[in-house]
Amino acid sequence: MTATREPILSVRGLEKHFPIKGGGLIKRTVGAVRAVDGLDLDLYPGEVLGLVGESGCGKSTTGRAILNLQPATGGSVVFQGREIVGLGRKEMRPLRRDIQIVFQDPYASLNPRLPVFDIVAEPLIIHGLTTDEAELRERVRGLVETVGLNPEHTNRYPAEFSGGQRQRIGIARALALEPKVLVLDEPVSALDVSIQAGVINLLEDLKNRLGLSYLFIAHDLSVVRHISDRVAVMYLGKIIEVADRDDLFERPTHPYTQALLSAIPLPDPRLERSRKRIIITGDVPSPANPPSGCRFRTRCQKFARELSEGQREKCMTLEPPLESRTTPSHLSACHYAEATRVL
Amino acid sequence: MSTAVSSQSSGALTQGGTRATSLPGFDAAAPLLTVEDLNVRFPTEDGLVHAVRGVDYTLRSGEVLGIVGESGSGKSVTSLAVMGLLPGSARVSGSIRYRGQELLGQSDRAMSRVRGKGVSMIFQDPMTSLDPVYRVGFQIEETLRSHDRSLSSKAAQGRAGELLEMVGIPNARERVRSYPHEFSGGMRQRVVIAIAMANQPDVNIADEPTTALDVTVQAQILEVLQTALTETGAAMVLITHDLGVVAGIADRVLVMYAGRPVEIGGVEDIYYEPRMPYTLGLLGSLPRLDSSTKQRLTPIKGSPPSVVNMPPGCPFAPRCPLHQPECDVTEPDRVVVGHEHTAACIRTDEVARAHGEAARVFDETATDDVLGSEAPVDLAEETGVPDSGAPGVPPGDQTHTPAVPQDGDRR
Repeated sequence: MTATREPILSVRGLEKHFPIKGGGLIKRTVGAVRAVDGLDLDLYPGEVLGLVGESGCGKSTTGRAILNLQPATGGSVVFQGREIVGLGRKEMRPLRRDIQIVFQDPYASLNPRLPVFDIVAEPLIIHGLTTDEAELRERVRGLVETVGLNPEHTNRYPAEFSGGQRQRIGIARALALEPKVLVLDEPVSALDVSIQAGVINLLEDLKNRLGLSYLFIAHDLSVVRHISDRVAVMYLGKIIEVADRDDLFERPTHPYTQALLSAIPLPDPRLERSRKRIIITGDVPSPANPPSGCRFRTRCQKFARELSEGQREKCMTLEPPLESRTTPSHLSACHYAEATRVL
Repeated sequence: MSTAVSSQSSGALTQGGTRATSLPGFDAAAPLLTVEDLNVRFPTEDGLVHAVRGVDYTLRSGEVLGIVGESGSGKSVTSLAVMGLLPGSARVSGSIRYRGQELLGQSDRAMSRVRGKGVSMIFQDPMTSLDPVYRVGFQIEETLRSHDRSLSSKAAQGRAGELLEMVGIPNARERVRSYPHEFSGGMRQRVVIAIAMANQPDVNIADEPTTALDVTVQAQILEVLQTALTETGAAMVLITHDLGVVAGIADRVLVMYAGRPVEIGGVEDIYYEPRMPYTLGLLGSLPRLDSSTKQRLTPIKGSPPSVVNMPPGCPFAPRCPLHQPECDVTEPDRVVVGHEHTAACIRTDEVARAHGEAARVFDETATDDVLGSEAPVDLAEETGVPDSGAPGVPPGDQTHTPAVPQDGDRR
């Protein structure tokens, strides 16, 4: 939808490798867990980009590497024209005003010893945005109201709030510096469904009202379909497909996306019982030792059943690049990409 | 390690299938498991936590009963009570009968004879439900031999291999010698299922069997579970918060809220014609994978009540868009609203008019604010949705008989 504009955040070849130390007396590096291994993505202003994948695929690490919370080991992250990779803590600080994060677990991400007021005011104080007590009070009040909480309750502690309310506090804190981009790392997966819907609606409202861009990291594809404009699917440290929301859900081209969509149970008994399901075998391989060529080939239903010996050879030796294979805005990392309807 | 298709496992269990039906007194029509007015209270410093408040259900043979509810609604405590696995401090009352035998108040020794053989359980987390210091084969053999002392160790080993094959573990015969840490999460859950099915139980209680797993692995495990059920003919109580999983395999659904079943019915009635506002709201708050409309979700305002020292009245009343003063006086019993369909609400006929479309009842009431004044709910709009059959009973026909155990078999 925004393809003609300049991206606000541009990630190229991002790598985050964690060293594996040997067990001997002298800890030598014997290998690396390639959690993120050459990842490209663009986030455009005003857009929600959903980043989905199964646990261990590197989606949270991607979020943290983009924010430089865990420094990347390679690649480039350009935010508003400025390279982030390699910046130190001090140099990062002014940038943090524009890019903020909301964490998954609202029980772990709020300091239990601080009242809500202090939690939300902290970023404002750290960045020296206000020294005036009355102004600070007013701004915190406004933020708390924005996320749908009662401003009278800011003297309470996180323990006095429910999960959904705590997540709203986390969002208020992230919004305090009026950022342009929010990285939302599984913001609703710790919440019960009846609560989750309220937080999703809030995030949508905030985006429209404040003109934010979201990198929305989640494993729940139903939530991602609901909130995203574009969706990127990750597998073993790489993006394997990215497309506009409906394009991805209606016409997935990568066998992994197809299997993923087909594996999700629908809350509709008649539909659910009449669906044909693609069940892929096995588990995600270890990111310390990814398969050669295409990373998905060890579990790929297409590789196993449809491809000829010669075609398989290509999967085993040549890593498929993420490129446009069906329609221009639909990128897929499969040599034999083919749009198939699975929903 | 990475090739496991559950369909290959069909053969392994056929011999077991005959054993299940040759149990003495086998009667396909008898309810396998009957739970009546089950109450569980835990004494705590803050007062008595009334975690389960009057659960009733009947499980018939070959049936899958889905129990859904949010965290803290008492679904897991209910199943632990059935298995007799609650801590000693829990105060349990009511009745739990397995094929007519009362399980409540039985000694641990007597329960051991039922557990695994009559009623078995699959736990949520395969990382903690296997013993890390024993080989998985040994853990399966242990289950087999505790119910059949005459089983030779060789026969037990053979059977353990067969069971692992049934649940789709590749190289099953060699893998019996592996330890749990040598398996991935999905593979471990297969082992847990193998243990639960080892003695051909009549009833299997699966408590969030796939919650800890990724979706692609969840799909594999659900297939294994279904194969295991068809092969053994076991009935299952499936506890989950995932309404998609329940939609796929349950025959009947029980919806729990604040420790009570608030609606019980056939799976299609629950999903397409819910009669309790909570059920309606729960379905309405789910984003849909298969819909491209960017419709706003309809959340339920507020959060579930604490089950410590609960006030009188309907526990859902503070969050309910159809709330009226009577709701705060007494907690409604479940009333019959259709064929084998009961709901605990005094305004079920108004809920029926929504035909499962939550937005018609839950419009804009949902924020985290303190409860506002009662928003007048406009339900008058009877739009052109075809009355696809609120089954049988017209709205006026509500009989306030408290939760009769349903008769007749849906299947």
